Amino acid sequence: MLVLAGIVVIAAGFLLRFNPLLVVVVSAAVTGFAAGLPPLAILAAFGKAFNADRYVTVVYLVLPVIGLLERHGLQQRARAVVEGMRGATVGRLLIAYLLFRQITAALGLTSIAGPAQTVRPLLAPMAIAAAEAQAGPAADGDERIPALAAATDNVGNFFGEDIFVAVGSILLMKGVLAGYGIELMPFQLSVWAIPSAVAAFLIHAMRLLWLDRRLGRRR
Amino acid sequence: MIGLGAVYVVAGCMFLLFAGLSLRARRFGHTLFYALLALSFLCGDRLGDVGNGALVLGLVAVAASGRLKRASPSVAGNVQPRGNAIFLAALIIPATALIGTLLFRLLPALVDPKQATLVALTLGALLALAIGYTWLRPRPATPFVEGLRLMDAIGWAAVLPQMLASLGAVFALAGVGDVVGGMAGGAIPHGSLIGAVLAYAIGMALFTMVMGNAFAAFPVMVAGVGVPLLIHAHHGNPAIVAAVGMLAGFCGTLLTPMAANFNLVPAALLGLKDRNAVIRQQIATALPLLAANIALLYMFGFA
Repeated sequence: MLVLAGIVVIAAGFLLRFNPLLVVVVSAAVTGFAAGLPPLAILAAFGKAFNADRYVTVVYLVLPVIGLLERHGLQQRARAVVEGMRGATVGRLLIAYLLFRQITAALGLTSIAGPAQTVRPLLAPMAIAAAEAQAGPAADGDERIPALAAATDNVGNFFGEDIFVAVGSILLMKGVLAGYGIELMPFQLSVWAIPSAVAAFLIHAMRLLWLDRRLGRRR
Repeated sequence: MIGLGAVYVVAGCMFLLFAGLSLRARRFGHTLFYALLALSFLCGDRLGDVGNGALVLGLVAVAASGRLKRASPSVAGNVQPRGNAIFLAALIIPATALIGTLLFRLLPALVDPKQATLVALTLGALLALAIGYTWLRPRPATPFVEGLRLMDAIGWAAVLPQMLASLGAVFALAGVGDVVGGMAGGAIPHGSLIGAVLAYAIGMALFTMVMGNAFAAFPVMVAGVGVPLLIHAHHGNPAIVAAVGMLAGFCGTLLTPMAANFNLVPAALLGLKDRNAVIRQQIATALPLLAANIALLYMFGFA
């Protein structure tokens, strides 16, 4: 039971708004001590996993290129394209992106889009331009449209990737169940990601259409 | 064979340049943070487990000291606009990642097939950078100054996912999963199928919110509820129990600041004042979707 103290540390640390990196390290230390692990063993386990998971941080390699293109007006061009499109609404734009993201993620292409690759330089400026064309400029401090663009990217990514048979989570599921003597083909698992993917598309697309109706009325 | 090693060298060099530029700007906290990241990417395999642990403590110390001030990600100074060709330049990275992923799988001698996407993404970034230099003729440091502007906006959130993976390793060592799984299993009324389905799916979502990652929650909930109750006692279809359970966890990922790379990083990159703004927009999709996953599991998992 004592080892659950680490989970309490995480929850409390977040509510009290300590720096999350600090909260995570303290939680690891508390958990390790509660389990009676020597301090060096905790540090070693932590360092080993940190080193093994560096690939998570590789995606920031795209930042110099995105930054350079932004200096040469990438975001402004993205806005201009949407402004020049008749009938472009923020809802339709984001639904099209959602579909694109789900399909490409289902083909295993999760890294071709993302917050740094597509949302900041392209999708968010386009969504803002479309929403402004529908309802005029957003009130000061209203961050809902860019946040919704980022949210749409996440929904598409999460509920597309599991349809691809070689994605990490499928391999994890196969490995964990194999530990219980249950042998599954990756394909059996990925097929059962499809109903949830359809549900995700329907739920999120409905919200986006609803947004269009609300924005349109305000004009 | 080109694999993660080469990718890490490129990433390490980028963080080293970020460290140098931060030093020039006399931002010493940032300098130290990026230098430690560069060290991790360039020499991580030679530091040993304890050495890497110490490196992490260094990163945390810098982040917790408050020296990493969040910067605005907006372009400073004048934008020098170009025509629509700028989109072609922006498409180089995704196009290279796409073609490379497909092509490299056919060349297992040249590129590690397991890492084809990351290698292709790195190649795309380098290619786009080379084309950017020749077409736009920026000063040599400009792409990295602009990249650093975005990186500074992300700040410590960039390493939170890696840290949580490490926390998961310590949790596994301490046996946290067995305790959580046992508690979730014990909370269910005996013999109740819907009770077990709810405990499994909601437990996946909640534990994912704590760990920031469904991968850490999955083995725990499968051990506590999935295998003993859903698969053995109620004869559930293992493929559906696993696949839909994982996706219930993904609903939790949409709801937690712990999933920094998905939720905090975009808010920072977009310069949003409310760092939870993206999560707020995801709630109204995540909750109905969790309900949909529970319904799918209940209706099809035990046929």
